Amino acid sequence: MLALGLSIYSFGAGLLSLFGRDAAHARLGETARRAGIATFIIVLLAAFILVAAAFNDDFSIAYIYHHSNRDLPVAYKFAVLWSGQEGSLLFWSLLLAGYGFVLRLRYKTDQRLFAYASVIIAAVQVFFLLILNFAAHPFALEQGMLPPDGAGLNPLLQYPEMVIHPPMLYLGYVGFTIPFAFALGALIMHYPGEKWIHITRRWTMVTWCFLTIGVFLGAHWAYAVLGWGGYWGWDPVENASLMPWLTGTAFLHSVMMQEKRGMLKVWNMALVFATFLLSMLGTFLTRSGVISSVHAFAQSSIGTWFIVFIAITTAVCVFFLVKNLPYLKSEHKLESLVSRESSFLFNNLLLLVVCFTILWGTFFPIISEWVQGHKVTVGPPFFNRVAVPVALLLLLLTAVGPLLAWRKTSIESLKRNFLFPAIGSVAVGLMMVLFGVKPWEDPSYFYAVMAAILSALVMFTVISEFVRGGRVIAGKSGQNIFAAMLHLCRRNTRRYGGYIVHFGVALVIIGILGTPFNKEVEKEMAYGDKINIGPYTLVCQSYTQDDNPNYANEWAIINVFRGGKQVTTMYPERRFYKASGQPQTLPRIYPSFRQDLFLVTDLYLVYEGKNDTTGRPIIKAHLNPLVPWIWIGLIIMVFGTVVALVPSTVPVPVTLAVPVRTEAHAGAGD
Amino acid sequence: MKLSLKSKELGFWVAERFQMAQRSQMVQRFQMVQRFWVAQRLSAAIKDRVESSALAAEGRRRTQLRTLQALLLTAAVFLFVGAAPSPEARFHDLGHRMMCTCGCGQVLLECNHVGCQSSEKMRNQLQAALDKGDNDDLILQGFVQEYGPTVIAAPTATGFNRVAWIMPFLVLALGIAFAVHTVRSWKNRPVPALADGIAIPPGHALDEFRARARKETDL
Repeated sequence: MLALGLSIYSFGAGLLSLFGRDAAHARLGETARRAGIATFIIVLLAAFILVAAAFNDDFSIAYIYHHSNRDLPVAYKFAVLWSGQEGSLLFWSLLLAGYGFVLRLRYKTDQRLFAYASVIIAAVQVFFLLILNFAAHPFALEQGMLPPDGAGLNPLLQYPEMVIHPPMLYLGYVGFTIPFAFALGALIMHYPGEKWIHITRRWTMVTWCFLTIGVFLGAHWAYAVLGWGGYWGWDPVENASLMPWLTGTAFLHSVMMQEKRGMLKVWNMALVFATFLLSMLGTFLTRSGVISSVHAFAQSSIGTWFIVFIAITTAVCVFFLVKNLPYLKSEHKLESLVSRESSFLFNNLLLLVVCFTILWGTFFPIISEWVQGHKVTVGPPFFNRVAVPVALLLLLLTAVGPLLAWRKTSIESLKRNFLFPAIGSVAVGLMMVLFGVKPWEDPSYFYAVMAAILSALVMFTVISEFVRGGRVIAGKSGQNIFAAMLHLCRRNTRRYGGYIVHFGVALVIIGILGTPFNKEVEKEMAYGDKINIGPYTLVCQSYTQDDNPNYANEWAIINVFRGGKQVTTMYPERRFYKASGQPQTLPRIYPSFRQDLFLVTDLYLVYEGKNDTTGRPIIKAHLNPLVPWIWIGLIIMVFGTVVALVPSTVPVPVTLAVPVRTEAHAGAGD
Repeated sequence: MKLSLKSKELGFWVAERFQMAQRSQMVQRFQMVQRFWVAQRLSAAIKDRVESSALAAEGRRRTQLRTLQALLLTAAVFLFVGAAPSPEARFHDLGHRMMCTCGCGQVLLECNHVGCQSSEKMRNQLQAALDKGDNDDLILQGFVQEYGPTVIAAPTATGFNRVAWIMPFLVLALGIAFAVHTVRSWKNRPVPALADGIAIPPGHALDEFRARARKETDL
């Protein structure tokens, strides 16, 4: 309540201070800034108290009772903070206050713009604190008799990644509030130039990086915990995390158009607004239960609060965007259709079409209910058929875009830069066909071959760009090619960091394209029984069970042979959590890096259950080719983002043509 | 007349081919091959008749058309007619076109909830229907009748559900049209005025300057 009061003051006083520029208004603005900082301290304290209550097993607090128990391991007691609705909203509020805290400390960069951004962040903060105080109170007391032990944490969340995945995702979701606040602030105050973009560039990239890690950790968690052998099920909540990622990615690209060419100003504003609103929509979908989802960790009626907030925010954004359109006119002209500007535009278009497809597919069940009177399911077959072809087009642009020059690209330079990557990628496609992948046999094989060709194209273009630039530097400085490439990267970290991210994306796609070649076998196994799957022979050595205060478990011991030689032993397991009374499978994964390297395949074993009659375990074995490349691709994407965040050693000057309104040109307009 | 019949045959063949590619049914594939040979025989008959007529030039044109059509058909057959799906493949395919009804929100064959009653029962039903020899449509209809329309994992291509499939591609088409229009408008935009004293050289000279700048920086 104290935090709410402070953030309301921060918003109200900050807003009032924006109406004047005299000393009194400046003092009022300063108190608003300090109130914002105090809000962070109070929210941090509240979060600390909730975690402390989890550690002290204080089950008089309903939230602790429902999400913890005495025997819960220490690491997961931290995770209690974001494992339920009230706690995760408090956590969201804490992260927002934290971002706001950093922003308010750095206010001297541009006091006026920061004041606007600070007020907008305070408004968002007020919304979350209102929910926390009046709709989802994390410190509500448990009614009736004080329970001796808690109901326990959801078993699905008792996994190391779950301690990291939600904070990463939230840092991504919440982080987009910062570029949103700056964009809206700049729009309202008619901020001249593109400085707000320079200020928010690093915020946006860091946020995007967190969201990327969050989305992929979620996928890895699904793969390693849910035990169905896949990592992405097009669940509404998964979709909700992907949508702001797509618009955020579009923004990171299109923002370059504004920085370098003064174009797409309205579009960039709209993208920032859409990204923020989609982040809110994501939270709404996760928390409201309006659409059925496997992420049913917390559902309640707070959906109405979010709908109202999203509606108000949309109205505010649209109002200021329309009102200030004349301030967002582009100045520059395009000289050729084959240029980087066009490629950015089409890149944005395709990213947004994928985003729309996901949004449309996610909400179509509700639309169908309105129109037809009954819901329909929009599941993986829909998204795979519609989004995959568009994603392939996007991959093509990822390969071609960096080879196009700003303003105009000559066909000769395109041929020169494109020849080696094109030949290399076609060779990859031909090799796939030679090794037995027949794209004419099944549409999924066709997509796999196309994805392989285009991923190879992306990787070869990135390599050729590094080699080309490295050779030039090596020729001038006498360094060896690798040192020259490192030097090149340091000279323009943003560009070459971006290339590294593209390389990582191509690896992720390679990891995904193995899906049509998955295999699976299920069998009840007695001692010594065998399963043959791909190159592996699995032999059941034994099966047993155990018990500890948190859970009882049973597992099988499976020896894995390849070419007659034992390569590993795996222990697929099933647990039964005592406090929550819920069972949970724990698959085991063996990636074949040692044997296959490039065509690495995951052997994925699941303890499905036990035949009650025979007492034998039922084991399901999956063979998932190429999946490990997804996680390696993520690491490379994160590395690329970090490289892009490092300042370049030699500043890269950017020249902009400055429009001058002379009488002769006054009528020409812009 | 014969030619238009053949075109219709071709159209019908392609339309059915599209459905088949999605369903991968062995019986339909054999029917397709049969139709192909019927079409080939039809084509040969027309060719004989036309060649014997006085309109040799028209005949040649038609022959070329027919040859093209036959080539297309042959290519299509080679492209799409592969090995017939086994009962296991049909089970796998149909099992991935339906959802488990236990509330897990997962595709039927991917529900791995320990002791899930729904998926176990549904898998057995699916296997029984396959053993009985029912075709895919009949099996899916049976499941819809028993579990409701939400059991199908993606909207069907009927009625209002078509909108689900059309909208993304419509948005893509409109988006492309908008992007092309935008790029053209950028290209047609008048050159912005520059600060005093800065002169842009004419087109060819500007290109040379740019090429030189890129060569020198080459980054």
